[in-house]
Amino acid sequence: MKIAIEFYASLMKYLPPGGKRFRRDLKVDDGLQLQPLIDQYNISAEEAHIVLVNGHFVALENRADRVLVENDVVSIWPPVAGG
Amino acid sequence: MSWTRKILRVNLTKGSCTSEALNMDWAKEYLGQRGLASKYLTEEVDPKCDPLSAENKMIMATGPLTGTMASTAGRYSVITKGPLTGAIACSNSGGYFGAELKFAGWDMIIFEGKSDKPVYLNIQDDKAELCDGSHIWGKSAWETDDILHATYQDPQMRIACIGRTAEAGCLYAGVINDKHRAAGRSGVGTVMASKNLKAVTVRGTQGIGNIDNADSFFESTDAGKAVLAENAVTGQGLPAFGTQVLMNVINGVGGLPAHNMRDVGFAGAENISAEAMAEPRKSDGKPNLTTNAACFGCTIACGRISTIDKTHFSVKDKPQYHGASGGLEYEAAWALGADTGIDDLDALTYVNFLCNEDGFDPITFGSTVAAAMEMFEDGAITTEDTGGIELKFGSVEAFVAVTELLVTGEGFGKDLGLGSKRLCEKYGRPELSMTVKGQEFPAYDPRGIQGIGLNYATSNRGACHLRGYTIASEILGIPVKTEQTDTDGKPELVKAFQDATAVVDSAGLCIFTTFAWGMDNIAPQIDAACEGDWSVDNCLEVGERIWNMERLFNQAAGFTANDDKLHKRLLEEAIKSGPTEGQVNRLGEMLPKYYEIRGWSPEGEPTAETRQRLSL
Repeated sequence: MKIAIEFYASLMKYLPPGGKRFRRDLKVDDGLQLQPLIDQYNISAEEAHIVLVNGHFVALENRADRVLVENDVVSIWPPVAGG
Repeated sequence: MSWTRKILRVNLTKGSCTSEALNMDWAKEYLGQRGLASKYLTEEVDPKCDPLSAENKMIMATGPLTGTMASTAGRYSVITKGPLTGAIACSNSGGYFGAELKFAGWDMIIFEGKSDKPVYLNIQDDKAELCDGSHIWGKSAWETDDILHATYQDPQMRIACIGRTAEAGCLYAGVINDKHRAAGRSGVGTVMASKNLKAVTVRGTQGIGNIDNADSFFESTDAGKAVLAENAVTGQGLPAFGTQVLMNVINGVGGLPAHNMRDVGFAGAENISAEAMAEPRKSDGKPNLTTNAACFGCTIACGRISTIDKTHFSVKDKPQYHGASGGLEYEAAWALGADTGIDDLDALTYVNFLCNEDGFDPITFGSTVAAAMEMFEDGAITTEDTGGIELKFGSVEAFVAVTELLVTGEGFGKDLGLGSKRLCEKYGRPELSMTVKGQEFPAYDPRGIQGIGLNYATSNRGACHLRGYTIASEILGIPVKTEQTDTDGKPELVKAFQDATAVVDSAGLCIFTTFAWGMDNIAPQIDAACEGDWSVDNCLEVGERIWNMERLFNQAAGFTANDDKLHKRLLEEAIKSGPTEGQVNRLGEMLPKYYEIRGWSPEGEPTAETRQRLSL
């Protein structure tokens, strides 16, 4: 299935080749869960501080069980702040 | 002690400068800067006075830690009754001016009365004098800074001044120091202009020599710096990406207002984000972001220094804007960009330069233009009003044109200088002003993020994120994540943030330390520097006292619970799409509980018991 992954701020270095700015479309196996996807990029739990699926925050403890579906957009930030 | 225990009182009517002792009883109850200066203001100024009359006073105040070796301890604030809101105003700025004022031996300067001709105040340590300012009246803040530096031939002299916008009567003009740091909100610069005071120059050589317990201070400030350095936000994220890293985050979670808050979510957000600022541009291969920058004593260094593409239409024939200067912060990028529908990074950087050059608040300005754009598209404002400018959402050329008009108050620029509340009233559409107590909202939509809505509604200086930055918890997970669309627990969260922020603002520290520091990091630094009890509990009580004192000033000025409200659009017009689709702000679920935990009556007034508990 097709999904998109977005790496922001200091995590942009993890973006696979072929991406644009901070986004890359991916083809992944049906039924892939969120945490295994993050693990593919060797990003630690500390680095993957804000993780959204389609704009909705997914807490660390829920990422292993979260099954991705077609057209999901996964967005990941390290700890950031501003104001 | 680390207060200098000295106040400079400047009577502009008489032309006198006198030194007086700081009231130490008040210092122990209100700490410094925001709290202590607000205490002086509430004691000396009639809350009902016209903010732009000689009756109003303006105070420039440092905190007890300002100028010390504590990280970020370079802050100072401008406290007055604000002309935009009629409420108590306190605008906080970094840079180097605050520390220099402390080095000259002053905790604060109280300006009273009104000069009959333009003047500036020159401070050289203990010596202070008012000087003729007629040659700098009519000059921008940047020109004023250059002229005064040339006059005194002292590059270490620090200058805070107003630009032409304040002189033209814009109600949201700020005070600019060090050319691109600003006490920006609520029109504190407009008050300065109303007193015919153009600038304050200060050079101090006395240092800070009065720390209460030096050993303990070294230890606690060192420990604090280690925490900042090791924290991912203050040690890595803010220096690399600045506050602008929020643009994609807030847009991503469905919290970015756009088009005068008509919409939530802006398709062009990524083009004006921190990530975009770091991308090489086509014309010269250089990115918008040149470097980061730090204020006095800061070990975070979040500031943005930027350049504009020299081929961009806004600066093509203006070489004075081709150098690097203060770049876009998140709030400015949102108000000037997403709220007006503009995603041209160079245009926004140019307008931001103008905000610094002539001293006006980018949040209120951008929001006021956005309101004007909505009225233009609705037909309430026409090209006859704008002088032929097609002021539509997304029109870059129109935006640049009206900004240049605002600076000098010409044509439609005079109207834009009113702020959105008065502008919308003038053109018969008061419902299109996105304000609380007359001040425009910052960059977080309270429909998609519940707690920040309660903070906006109850902020003592009108809509403001910096009075209680619940975004840290509701979106960024600092110190713990709360659900952004929940209202449960939000009154408690808002109160905790508001009280703690009042302490930070009164100490002379930067609020950004609180992304890593808790009060258990901050209180020991204050306690080591200052005589008296500055335990965590006492600090938080001081914060609560300051909040209530500000509230009582506003109450005496005529504000009531009816002013603790959000715009109808935010309470009734649900978000149309995106992750927060269907949401409105549920202020009614939070406000009664907030009053209750504050110890206020159902009418929002601090009860006699609360006043007694806080010695008010």
